[in-house]
Amino acid sequence: MKKSPSVLVIGGGSTGTGIARDLAMRGLDVTLVEKGNLTHGTTGRMHGLLHSGGRYAVSDQPSAKECIEENRVLRRIAGHCVEMTGGLFVQRPEDSDEYFEKKLEGCRECGIPAEVLSAEEAREIEPYLAKDIKRAIKVPDGAVDPFRLCVANAASAVEHGARIETHSEVTDVLVEGGEVVGVEVTHQTGTGPYVHGEPGEVEEIRADYVVNATGAWAGQIGDLAGVDVEVRPSKGVMTIMNTRQVDTVVNRCRPKGDADIIVPHETTCILGTTDEEVEDPEDYPEEGWEVDLMIETLSELVPMLAEARTIRSFWGVRPLYEPPGTGTEDPTDITREFFLLDHADRDDLPGMTSIVGGKLTTYRMMAEKISDHVCEKLDVEAECRTADVPLPGSEDFTVLRDYMDDFGLRSPIGRRSAQRLGSRADEVLNSVDPNPVVCECEAVTRAEIQDSLDTAGTDLNSVRIQTRASMGNCQGAICCHRMANELAPEYDETTVRASLDDLYQERWKGERHAMWGTQLSQSALKHMLHAATMNRDEDPAAADADIDFAAFDDGGASEDDASGVASGGAVADGGRKQAADRAGDDPLGGADGDN
Amino acid sequence: MAITDDVLVIGGGIAACTAALSAAETGARVRLLAHKKSTLRQASGLVDVLGYAGGDGPLSDPYAGLDALPDGHPYRIVGEDGVRAGLRIFDEAVGDAYRGGHTDSNALVMTHGGAVKPTARYPESVAPGLASSPGDMLLVGFAGLTDFDAPVAADHLAAAGVPFSARGVTVEFPKRFRADAKVTRFAKALDRDEDVNGGTVRSVLADTVADELDGESRVGFPAMLGDDHDEDVRAELSDRLGVPVFEVPTGPPSLLGLKLEDILFDALDEAGVRISAGNPAVDFEAENGRVETVVVDQKSRPTPYSADQVVLATGGLVGKGLDSDRESVTEPVFGCHVPHPEDRYDWSEPEAFGDHAFARFGVVPDDELRPTGEDGEPHFENLRAAGGVVGGADVAREKSASGVSLATGAVAGRLAGEEATR
Repeated sequence: MKKSPSVLVIGGGSTGTGIARDLAMRGLDVTLVEKGNLTHGTTGRMHGLLHSGGRYAVSDQPSAKECIEENRVLRRIAGHCVEMTGGLFVQRPEDSDEYFEKKLEGCRECGIPAEVLSAEEAREIEPYLAKDIKRAIKVPDGAVDPFRLCVANAASAVEHGARIETHSEVTDVLVEGGEVVGVEVTHQTGTGPYVHGEPGEVEEIRADYVVNATGAWAGQIGDLAGVDVEVRPSKGVMTIMNTRQVDTVVNRCRPKGDADIIVPHETTCILGTTDEEVEDPEDYPEEGWEVDLMIETLSELVPMLAEARTIRSFWGVRPLYEPPGTGTEDPTDITREFFLLDHADRDDLPGMTSIVGGKLTTYRMMAEKISDHVCEKLDVEAECRTADVPLPGSEDFTVLRDYMDDFGLRSPIGRRSAQRLGSRADEVLNSVDPNPVVCECEAVTRAEIQDSLDTAGTDLNSVRIQTRASMGNCQGAICCHRMANELAPEYDETTVRASLDDLYQERWKGERHAMWGTQLSQSALKHMLHAATMNRDEDPAAADADIDFAAFDDGGASEDDASGVASGGAVADGGRKQAADRAGDDPLGGADGDN
Repeated sequence: MAITDDVLVIGGGIAACTAALSAAETGARVRLLAHKKSTLRQASGLVDVLGYAGGDGPLSDPYAGLDALPDGHPYRIVGEDGVRAGLRIFDEAVGDAYRGGHTDSNALVMTHGGAVKPTARYPESVAPGLASSPGDMLLVGFAGLTDFDAPVAADHLAAAGVPFSARGVTVEFPKRFRADAKVTRFAKALDRDEDVNGGTVRSVLADTVADELDGESRVGFPAMLGDDHDEDVRAELSDRLGVPVFEVPTGPPSLLGLKLEDILFDALDEAGVRISAGNPAVDFEAENGRVETVVVDQKSRPTPYSADQVVLATGGLVGKGLDSDRESVTEPVFGCHVPHPEDRYDWSEPEAFGDHAFARFGVVPDDELRPTGEDGEPHFENLRAAGGVVGGADVAREKSASGVSLATGAVAGRLAGEEATR
């Protein structure tokens, strides 16, 4: 039997995993390498908007048409990753009528369902909209979980025979005889899932074709191959609120601008964003004024945001690209279209194509186009099926029933689990017994954590993005050590501890952008629980020096053996409040629940 | 007519209780104004005094670390005498429910993650499990409780070099609960010794653990061995197993923390302290540099409480005795000065366990524990502060949280009581 042509895809974001799935479904032999987690780059750092196309209906109609088309496709193939919240373009008194009309007309020209609502009608949908708004346009925007989407694409690719290597950085592009023939990859640990403490290794992976799908990092891969890819990374801030102040995507109806969108996402809302060009996609300032700008500007649309609690902020870099010689100065003017750069045509370097630009909503279409291109190069005839075959988890939605009886999980937990797992709910939730809740904020049970460990190895940040555990209000204060405990007994205690430290530090990074008011109180509680209660900051097991245990209080064991249990006596054992009260206590308490 | 007392203590945690007990010792008529449940439900129930100072630690002698603390640290203000006074009041209040008072030395106690930490007082149920006492240890965890993984904790203990062997096992609790049942449900089943297949919860649990026991001389469980009848539960398990059983302190909801709260409130009752609970202090009236009344929001009806002396023990950031917004940090009841860096990004450090400024936020006390203004002068001549609302200590990293509350509570309460009864 003839061996299938092999393709190496660089980049584990939505585009890369989308390409891997598409090509694997067409029967090619696919390997995907990603230097961090899946979604490590831009995919994991976006606001989660499933575009209706409304945002581009005036400025960029081709993109708008692609968006509405793919919006419909994703609802079909990725139902468990999408929440159709609907969206509003809200006009304030100072926003121009002319633009409002253009937006409406643009939507209609692009086939985007659009309905004008009076201020009163808009407030019926979103009661916290400002009293003085003028009117709104209703469009089919939605929310998409980029993590789940990406993981589902990767899972589907693997089902079709692909190999996915995360934590594996491309450290060289192999060029022989003027042609790209593969890459050199440095695995942070061995091949397969990441495991703390395992030694790294270097591997040469040869392939018939290489696809550079690294987005904002495409220039760096280009450098390794000796070609110029002029990406213009642009950063944007996203500020996460503690709850859903709105249940609909709320856009400001005015030409491009900072801080003009609120996306309800799972248990939170995400405020976005800014648009500033940066030199290095991994090293750029994350500044407090950007967070302030989100709160101050977006509270013009939803006034309660001014006093609401944010739980963290994060930044992403857009993989913007413009063809050489365009010379756009303001990054907000750079096109959101995607570009396929065939390095054979462009740089006389066959064997590799880069894909740059674009947006999450149209990831599948981008993947289809580049897969068509790769197939043409490799002389493979195979149809794209990704628009029709549902992703793993979205095959059958009869599972979204009441899970309370099936799993002994209380209704909200069962429902949340089933929403995340989609048609995999039965398989996953029945796999573990007993199945206690690990993350209370996000209602994640042991079964979901264990399921995610198959691909996460010991990387709890990968567990987090797959399950949402530690992404809620307490930011892992209550659950991150529980998540780490789930690694045992497969992994040893030292590994459990290293994984916990990594996750804790990652959470802290984003929390720092929300440390005032209630969230500072929450962070102070976290500091108390992990430093005071658990002594994780001074853990003697991690210290170099040995402890002289004999110098400490031995409980009087030497002189008095009565320190033990059954030493009766009249003990002031306390006024007995009803234990029943306590059973209902929210363990997040104090900083979180007592308000 | 305002309700009138000699000393009014605002707060409901360890510092407030200690201040009230200390003031009552002077013969003053004392009232405690507690808003809501204290943060003790989130605390392990251990009483840390000082475990790390000046880069040293774990300290076997907490007093040896006092001089290494920075100027302005509350311990530097109240001194060793203040620390000892706090512990004396605590020991008298809790009686046999706590251990550790027989020595100045810290004990090393295992935490639910398995790391050991230095602490000065520990519940009697914790005592048999000290990491600084000998005896091989079997740790028992439950498949349905995620907070404590016994095998991981045992290996963690071993990694710290404890002078005994530790082994962990995970077992099924004799009774099945809803998947998200909390530790309190387990405790209740043991309290009531509920019937289960093959006997009762206690007997079946003991049988299960006995099968696992392999010569260890003590057996530890997460702190869930009963609530109302905890002594009976431990005694029965210990009796059936033939070795002492102990509890490992846990995070929230912490039964040991809740029990400590109950014990302290009993002690207040016994000392004749009047308690007004359930409503927040929201405002005050002052005259001639003295606080005259504290205004409590009693279901939206402002109710004045007047007193000769006032102790502010409302807690730190966690207990909401301190508040903040994007620009500033404030003490919300009296508006006391709380120094802080101007840029909120300087309030914390990028490293999760760094030297965070926020950890030391609080009012700045003078040598009589009176909060001072920017000018260094006391805001009010009769207002003192105790516990988490006092700045200058990173109690989490120092392992000094309860100790600072006890010491400042004892001193502030005594000074207030003496002034009021002079």
